[in-house]
Amino acid sequence: MSELFYNAAPNATRVAPPLPEPRRYPTQKPAQVYLFGTCVIDLFFPSAGLDAIRLLQREGIRVSFPQGQSCCGQPAYTSGYTEEAREVARAQLKLFAEDWPLVVPSGSCAGMIRHHYPELFKDEPETLAQVQALAERTYELAEFLLHVCRVELHDRGPAVKVALHTSCSARREMDTHLHGRALLAQLSQVERVEHDHESECCGFGGTFSVRMPDISGAMVLDKTRALKGSGAHQVVSADCGCLMNINGALEKQNEALRGQHLASFLWQRTGGVS
Amino acid sequence: MNDLSRIPTLQIQDDFKTRAHKALGDDQLRRNFRTAMDSLMTKRATAFSDADERERLRALGNRVRARALSKLPELLERLETNLTRNGVTVHWAETVDEANAIVLSIIRAHEARQVIKGKSMVSEEMEMNHVLAAQGIECLESDMGEYIVQLDHEKPSHIIMPAIHKNAGQVASLFHDKLGVEYTKDVDQLIQIGRRTLRQKFFEADIGVSGVNFAVAETGTLLLVENEGNGRMSTTVPPVHIAVTGIEKVVENLRDVVPLLSLLTRSALGQPITTYVNMISGPRKAHELDGPEEVHLVLLDNGRSQAFADGELRQTLNCIRCGACMNHCPVYTRVGGHTYGEVYPGPIGKIITPHMVGLDKVPDHPSASSLCGACGEVCPVKIPIPSILRRLREENIKAPDDPHPIMRGQGSKYSPRERLLWKGWRLLNTSPALYRTFSFFATRLRGLTPSNIGPWTQNHSAPKPAARSLHELAREHLGETQGDRP
Repeated sequence: MSELFYNAAPNATRVAPPLPEPRRYPTQKPAQVYLFGTCVIDLFFPSAGLDAIRLLQREGIRVSFPQGQSCCGQPAYTSGYTEEAREVARAQLKLFAEDWPLVVPSGSCAGMIRHHYPELFKDEPETLAQVQALAERTYELAEFLLHVCRVELHDRGPAVKVALHTSCSARREMDTHLHGRALLAQLSQVERVEHDHESECCGFGGTFSVRMPDISGAMVLDKTRALKGSGAHQVVSADCGCLMNINGALEKQNEALRGQHLASFLWQRTGGVS
Repeated sequence: MNDLSRIPTLQIQDDFKTRAHKALGDDQLRRNFRTAMDSLMTKRATAFSDADERERLRALGNRVRARALSKLPELLERLETNLTRNGVTVHWAETVDEANAIVLSIIRAHEARQVIKGKSMVSEEMEMNHVLAAQGIECLESDMGEYIVQLDHEKPSHIIMPAIHKNAGQVASLFHDKLGVEYTKDVDQLIQIGRRTLRQKFFEADIGVSGVNFAVAETGTLLLVENEGNGRMSTTVPPVHIAVTGIEKVVENLRDVVPLLSLLTRSALGQPITTYVNMISGPRKAHELDGPEEVHLVLLDNGRSQAFADGELRQTLNCIRCGACMNHCPVYTRVGGHTYGEVYPGPIGKIITPHMVGLDKVPDHPSASSLCGACGEVCPVKIPIPSILRRLREENIKAPDDPHPIMRGQGSKYSPRERLLWKGWRLLNTSPALYRTFSFFATRLRGLTPSNIGPWTQNHSAPKPAARSLHELAREHLGETQGDRP
């Protein structure tokens, strides 16, 4: 038996492959960036988008906000309407033609552009090159502030306990939870408290929340309970889809606790006036 | 209204959403699952304490499975040749009916009356207990969890821990009622009661049935892991052993088993290895003291070749049945295994069941996920479950007259109305002028937002658009040029 075992033909798949390299960041801050505001921020949390612009400007970066932008296409994509998603994505592509970084104040939308746009255009070689270049220069806001701007935040607010909620796709595709934690840790008067089952989904999932309202409702109920039980004075998140879900549920439950976008929280804590 | 198909059937009344609703209201069930899943997640995390090692091993596991699937037909032939050389009789079944007919013919050839079964999910696919019972043959489950659900006329709620939906108290009542033993909640005592009952059955059984974890093509070996010893008893004590397995379980050689076995036991229960690892290489030889006189292997397709035919969906067949995806799934944890209504629950169930029963029979399976990605993150063989769920959603909304159908029952959620809605959404998001007009009215008329927005307001207060959109704020803040007004 052992003879059989060791004389097996050599094969490329016998050895564990090396781990993927972590993302490399530019060594210098760019002079100019694009901001992709996302559809949810545009209509429901516009001040978060504006605070993201202000944070970037404070770093000495010029911000361009193409007015033709709308949605990254994720709602249709995750619902299986791939063609509709592709055409909406195509409309965004044209707006970000310059070689500037694209900063997105939402981990899940950033992940859509960075990881799923190349999938959407895999059968269109000419567009694909453009899409891959865009994916390469797409950053979630917290990631950009931390790793490209290398911000140093100076806390000017009173002592506060906050809970950080990270969208699942942002966590798994963009490591947004790590970036959020690192930025909050720079704020001397902010204590980040853990909440029960922190890494678990809040139940939003885009159209899942309306297709499966019972299950989604059970999930957001558990999430809001965990957030309330954490002792946090407020909730911070880098994703407005989750915030709409969590805040909407907290409001329905007549709770005072609310979630705020990380951009607005950082801007206000560091002396900015919204 | 003579058309019978228009009359609502029991199935329509008792669909996934209805079962989910019921399960969500069952506090005991939810506590049982939450407690059990939390414990399993902790065990797995402890077993993979080195994240780098875990990720490299997962990548290796993925490669091993991908290689096996890339030459599946060839490996199956080699498996058959080598098993036959070892004295094992190989049978091929395309459907569960064929598989049951094969098992029945073996049973009849031996005039068997009693069958003892080790844990096998493929036998659940076949509903073997039910089929055999209908022929007057007793088929007893010997895995403790399976025994408990069989005793309560239930189906497994988890692929590794079939009775995980029950706590010790519920098992105590069941044993008390069905076996007439004194009520005890002591887990060790409960297990002893079960074992004593089963012990005698191993010796009485004419035939032992088992599943297979890995079928090794190069050596013709059937590998079976278990923790209770019932697998070894079922496959060695009765004079005939019938193994049933899916065609995707084949691996190339024994070396391939090493990483997969480690991934399987650590992902499933956080064990470095299971208590028993059985390697079955044929019936008892002339000089051997024990083992069955006959060994059969039934290789079942049951929709697997449909998944195999598509490059993306093929990855579904990487699965080594560890159950980690369900342990980490926020939906499974809340609704439990029975809500899925089929043999395989949880994330893997959502992507494999449509191939077995047709997408139209499980139309809600692809959408019962927030696509949070917890399943894909823990899958030991890196099946991109969320991507496959998304893909199944795509197949599920295709028009019924699609000229190139990918899977049986596709298009079961086709809705011209919803398609039109998404076309409208596309128009809105590809026409800046239209988008601008829409957001102008949405923000200016925010006071008119209805307080009841269908399912959203079941769990939330109604969302109210802001007074001005980010487009407007950015234009004002950045100025016309920076705002890049078209």
